[in-house]
Amino acid sequence: MIRFERRTHVPFSLRLAAPIAAVFVALAFAGILIAIAGAPVLEAYRRMLIGAFGSRLAITETLTRTAPLILTGLAAAVAFRARLWNIGAEGQFLVGALAAAALGSQHGLHLPPVLLIPALMLAGAVAGALLLLGPLALRLRFGVDEVVTTLLLNFVALLFVSMMIEGALKDPLAFGWPQSVPVVADAMLPKLVARSRLHIGLLVAIGLAVVIALVQARTVFGMESRAAGLNPAAARFAGVSLTCVLVKVACISGGLAGLAGAIEVLGVKAYVTTDLSPGFGYTGIVVAMLAALNPIGVVFAALFVATMFVGADSMSRALGVPSFIADVIVALSLLAMLVALSLANYRIRR
Amino acid sequence: MSAPPVLRLEGITKRFGALTANDDITLELRQGELLALLGENGAGKTTLMNILFGHYTADSGRVIAFGRELPPGKPRAAIEAGIGMVHQHFALAANLTVLENVIAGTRPLGALGLGSAAAREKLTALSAKFGLAVHPDARVGDLSVGERQRVEILKSLYRDAKVLILDEPTAVLTHQEAEQLYHTLRGMAEHGLSIIFISHKLHEVLAAADRVTVLRGGKVVAERRASETTKDELAELMVGRRVARPRRESQAPGAIALKAARVDVGTALKAIDFEVRAGETLGIIGVSGNGQHTLVRLVSGLERPSAGSLELYGAPAQRPTPRGFVAAGIGRIPEDRHADGAVGEMAVWENAVLERVREPRFSAAGLVRRAAGRAFAREVIERFDVRGGSEDSPIRLLSGGNMQKLILGRNLAESPRILIAAQPTRGLDEGAVAAVHGEILAARRAGTAVLLISEDLDEILALADRVQAIVKGRLSPPIPIEKADPRRLGLMMAGSWEDAA
Ligand SMILES: Nc1ncnc2c1ncn2[C@@H]1O[C@H](COP(=O)(O)OP(=O)(O)O)[C@@H](O)[C@H]1O
Ligand SMILES: [Mg+2]
Repeated sequence: MIRFERRTHVPFSLRLAAPIAAVFVALAFAGILIAIAGAPVLEAYRRMLIGAFGSRLAITETLTRTAPLILTGLAAAVAFRARLWNIGAEGQFLVGALAAAALGSQHGLHLPPVLLIPALMLAGAVAGALLLLGPLALRLRFGVDEVVTTLLLNFVALLFVSMMIEGALKDPLAFGWPQSVPVVADAMLPKLVARSRLHIGLLVAIGLAVVIALVQARTVFGMESRAAGLNPAAARFAGVSLTCVLVKVACISGGLAGLAGAIEVLGVKAYVTTDLSPGFGYTGIVVAMLAALNPIGVVFAALFVATMFVGADSMSRALGVPSFIADVIVALSLLAMLVALSLANYRIRR
Repeated sequence: MSAPPVLRLEGITKRFGALTANDDITLELRQGELLALLGENGAGKTTLMNILFGHYTADSGRVIAFGRELPPGKPRAAIEAGIGMVHQHFALAANLTVLENVIAGTRPLGALGLGSAAAREKLTALSAKFGLAVHPDARVGDLSVGERQRVEILKSLYRDAKVLILDEPTAVLTHQEAEQLYHTLRGMAEHGLSIIFISHKLHEVLAAADRVTVLRGGKVVAERRASETTKDELAELMVGRRVARPRRESQAPGAIALKAARVDVGTALKAIDFEVRAGETLGIIGVSGNGQHTLVRLVSGLERPSAGSLELYGAPAQRPTPRGFVAAGIGRIPEDRHADGAVGEMAVWENAVLERVREPRFSAAGLVRRAAGRAFAREVIERFDVRGGSEDSPIRLLSGGNMQKLILGRNLAESPRILIAAQPTRGLDEGAVAAVHGEILAARRAGTAVLLISEDLDEILALADRVQAIVKGRLSPPIPIEKADPRRLGLMMAGSWEDAA
């Protein structure tokens, strides 16, 4: 008889193998769907790779997509580690974007670029953090479930953005399109690669992933928040203030999502529309789960998800397979990842 | 003794890799008998019962129930032969009702609703017959641990079990619940059921069983009738050497270290008074659920008095927070080491320093001094003989006794002026109990004021200098341990302080 037995220790190689196996399983299953859609499977995946990495343009586009996903992925990973269920990165992304756009426009701050850009990023982060502190206060004070409040605030944030770009922040030169006034040229992030959309936001995101990994592993705050997430009662007994940890975690998580919004405005679009985010906030949750909440893993998970989305577009153009296949692959790899992670905790014994 | 055995294990051997968990074990159970399987953690008790029940396949040996050999590795065959097992960790669906849990698995899925009138009748009859009170429509998730255990037993009885196996049934129960469980088991045996229960608690085994089989290192080392053996003999058989619990020597106490003066905490504690002096142990005895939990929280810095005052070394407690208390030289052993004492997924060293991590020696400028933390953990591991893992392994890998030694050690390594020890040996085996008691006595000898909160009479009698009873949130006046005999303590725990005085 075969039975499963809990491992006492999960080797690093296995933890690394789990997501890779998950991705291959997902691609295999999605292959069946591609075949059903009547396209040659291997050719489809080849097209996908070409679409994502086949040219300078493709690579820069994929990486441009990766940057905000790293940040929203980190936002979810940091919060979930401390058992703060922040489902509101989408809303925090939007208010962050709006704050950066408002203060970066010609009616906003007037600072030299070296100060202006950091100030606008900070403004986005602060806006995102504030949007998460509200639900956290409700949870701490009244025990209101933050899953519900953060989720619903996404819709509130979207409507708020919509109101602002039709009203106070409306761009009078946009031929009646609902979009905000653009930020000034000095506020735009420097490009990483000339004649592309890739901006230094990618480096900021990767840098923050490293910083967060170090904070979690090396600092008192990291140790206390890990304890608080893993066993709140024991953390409290050891004198960790859960309130304090959660407030800090909320500031970081909301701040990262807000920063993602700010960077998307300052790096790519220059203005805010209601479709600024193709679900970066929600996809961030998937990225975090794929990475098993590991900050460095988030960088790779974000790259994978961005590859799927960018690649699927070009595959769909070439072969007529619906580009929704990207959503399917990402969803399948998430499922496979959850299975793989729990399997990694066991060994098979007969 | 003439009745034929209902169950016979013959030459059971089971290896896990190099480890022989069961070594040629032969065992018999007669009808209407209560057999205790006694052994330290790791002796192979659970493995043996899992083989009997068909969860594991033995490498050699046979299981014979009611004269017929059971096919190995087939739990269903064991159930059909009339064997029921209540595992150490319950296997109930929290979102289903008691009735649903009991009938689940006895009929095809989806047919749960069918014939439930008959099932309900049978269940009610069984609960009445054996005094296992639970409401058939209660949701299992809402039940206490004791009630869940009753559901597990009913589940076996419902399947017409004639042999019942219970793996460490009292490990999760309070003292009271345990007594009641043994009363129930005795009644079931009188109704003709045959029962094997696993335990490592000597007094339970002596009080409840007809016969005791002692397992050590995977072998049966002895078999005794409960009426013809003693605690000391069993302890020695179980551990393999003489384990005498260390003894308390009298000494003159010093200044008052911790004092509560008419302290209220919400409605859980009412006007409690106590004082503990340096070099003295005050025992607080009581049946759980009488306010111990809040008392532990109060003296651990997790709860503030709502009236009255708590004094440390003669002055009102300044910062009643966990870290404030730790800084003031209070060592704290929580009631429940898994829930409050340790973060299972974190490393041993992180657990060793977590409550002190903000002290300069363990962190600087917000960065943890990992080397210092590891060194501290190594020191604790060495000095307090913590086995089963290094400073870098997750603490959940340690056995209960070793985890408790680490918790004790992280406090005692700092020579605390006050030690709060809440249920310090709950669930530990005999060897570990002796070790923990030895450390607590050594701390007292070194001048630590010890507040011992326990529901174990023997423990209080062995360690305390003075005793107070906790009853419904109130504390009795103290009596010296010399005047505390079990009868008198019993009266105090029942709240009759005047009669006891
Ligand atoms: N599935 C298993 N794989 C490997 N070793 C095991 C397994 N189950 C139990 N053991 C080992 O067998 C020994 C006996 O364990 P167990 O029967 O659980 O003891 P007890 O129930 O008496 O505490 C222990 O050393 C334990 O580590
Ligand atoms: Mg066991």
